[in-house]
Amino acid sequence: MNETPKKYGRVAYYPGCALEGSGHAYNCSTQEVGKVLGLELVEVDNWNCCGAMEVKNVDPKLQTYLSSRVMSIAANEMGFDTVMAPCNGCYHNLKKAEYDLEHDPETVAVVERISSKAGHETYKSGQVETIHALDWIKEGIGEEGLKARVKNSLKGIRVANYYGCMYTRPRHIFPEKDQGPGSESTLQPHFMDDLLAAAGAENVDFPLKTACCGGAHTLSDSDMSTKLVMNILRAAEASGADVVATECPTCHSGLEMHQVRGEKRFGFKSKVKILYFTQLLGLALGVKPKPLGVHENISDSMDFLKSKGLA
Amino acid sequence: MPIHEKSLIRQENLIEHEKLEIDGIDVSGHWSTFIQTRVVTDYNEDMETEVAALPGGEHIHRCWQCGSCTNACTVNAINPDFNPRYWIYLTRIGMEAELLRDKDIIWQCISCNKCTYACPRDVNPEGVMKALSHWLELKGHTEKSPSMHFDEVFSEQVFQTGKIEEGRTIRRFFARTGQELNQDWLVEMIIRMVRHLPVKLLFAMGLQSVLKPRTRGWGKARDAIHEYVAEKDAEHRKALKLDPPHGPA
Repeated sequence: MNETPKKYGRVAYYPGCALEGSGHAYNCSTQEVGKVLGLELVEVDNWNCCGAMEVKNVDPKLQTYLSSRVMSIAANEMGFDTVMAPCNGCYHNLKKAEYDLEHDPETVAVVERISSKAGHETYKSGQVETIHALDWIKEGIGEEGLKARVKNSLKGIRVANYYGCMYTRPRHIFPEKDQGPGSESTLQPHFMDDLLAAAGAENVDFPLKTACCGGAHTLSDSDMSTKLVMNILRAAEASGADVVATECPTCHSGLEMHQVRGEKRFGFKSKVKILYFTQLLGLALGVKPKPLGVHENISDSMDFLKSKGLA
Repeated sequence: MPIHEKSLIRQENLIEHEKLEIDGIDVSGHWSTFIQTRVVTDYNEDMETEVAALPGGEHIHRCWQCGSCTNACTVNAINPDFNPRYWIYLTRIGMEAELLRDKDIIWQCISCNKCTYACPRDVNPEGVMKALSHWLELKGHTEKSPSMHFDEVFSEQVFQTGKIEEGRTIRRFFARTGQELNQDWLVEMIIRMVRHLPVKLLFAMGLQSVLKPRTRGWGKARDAIHEYVAEKDAEHRKALKLDPPHGPA
């Protein structure tokens, strides 16, 4: 239907564990948006967990090995030079692995050793470029391209764009960010703002874009996470937002979970809805809520979307 | 209380006598409060080296105490006693007893990496917090923290199968830390979650938790990882002058 865009037209897709569980809706909506935009996703064959925060806490070099195996399969067995990871955690870990393998000989030695024992080719830094779902659409389609394809404008929806921690911190593992006009900023990220604005949404001035939701201790230190989430949701409402747009399954389920927990434990009241940015983009591109997994969200936004003529 | 307002004299070091006379001079009451001298004799000079031997702690020696980490810290904003700069200082000069006063909150670092982002000396304070938590636990100063239980439950599953099935991780974590699964907010969340879900999807979710997703042909990677973990455990215990781990290496 649409011509295949030059950049990121066909990339290796690494959904990661969360997108097969609690982040199922993010997985569906990402794939739906890809389909409509003519961006082809080929899932990394027989992938494994990227190591997440937890394996890093046991041993950072093991986390690097786990992430490197995913990139090795994409590069050496499937011939891809780009891996797209929509989950902030996976994206961060693949980027971190790339950085460590380029700069730390000890890490390289550990990865070589485990890779050869595990019987697959060792990943070498530079073989693939890891991108986030935001880069994928922003660079692959761009705002103009997106505007041209919008069927139902998100007009009248006020959005607080929430990026979380892992998308921008620490700066050194994202060498392509902070490179002047057009590039993503680590202090004031704007790719999600740009895409949703192109789809017609009104972005509010939201000060907690890169605040932490406490995702790492969501179950082991729940009170802390609930406090952090209440801060984020309160700030979003104070900024006038109807919706918090997310781009990470851990942030998303953290916000949803602690919105409920805050209600139950701290009498916290909030009306703000929580939606993945891919769900919002999908709606704008004319996809129905169901294939985008909107009904799977705990934060029930159906009535709100109906009132805006989007469902 | 922010650290700059904190009194350097601790309550327990203030001594007030109802009735006391020294050399014929009455020193009773509030106006003659004594301050017990604080003498530090128990410097642990190996502390910095030991923490630096654990993953994440490698660059602790670079710190020049600017305080950017504490200033940027997410947890510090909620609990001002959470002070990475101060703990790095104590570790470097070996004031173990002073550090142990905060031993039960150090694990609460949420890994948001704001400190690592702000640090002008590449200390990786987030990593130092993890190394400190490990150090406290290995030295027997603290029990395993809930967060460390979670890391272990999670990592064990990844090492065994290559992947994570969230439901299983959560159930195991709750079992291991002795928490009930039927907490009001969890129940409420699940009710809201399944309210709109079609039966087909619920069935698929149930099936996933029975079948357990796994990476095919993971056996060799699993063995290589386990071997590496055992080696590292032994290395860490040696660096901390502890007995070698029990059981099969």
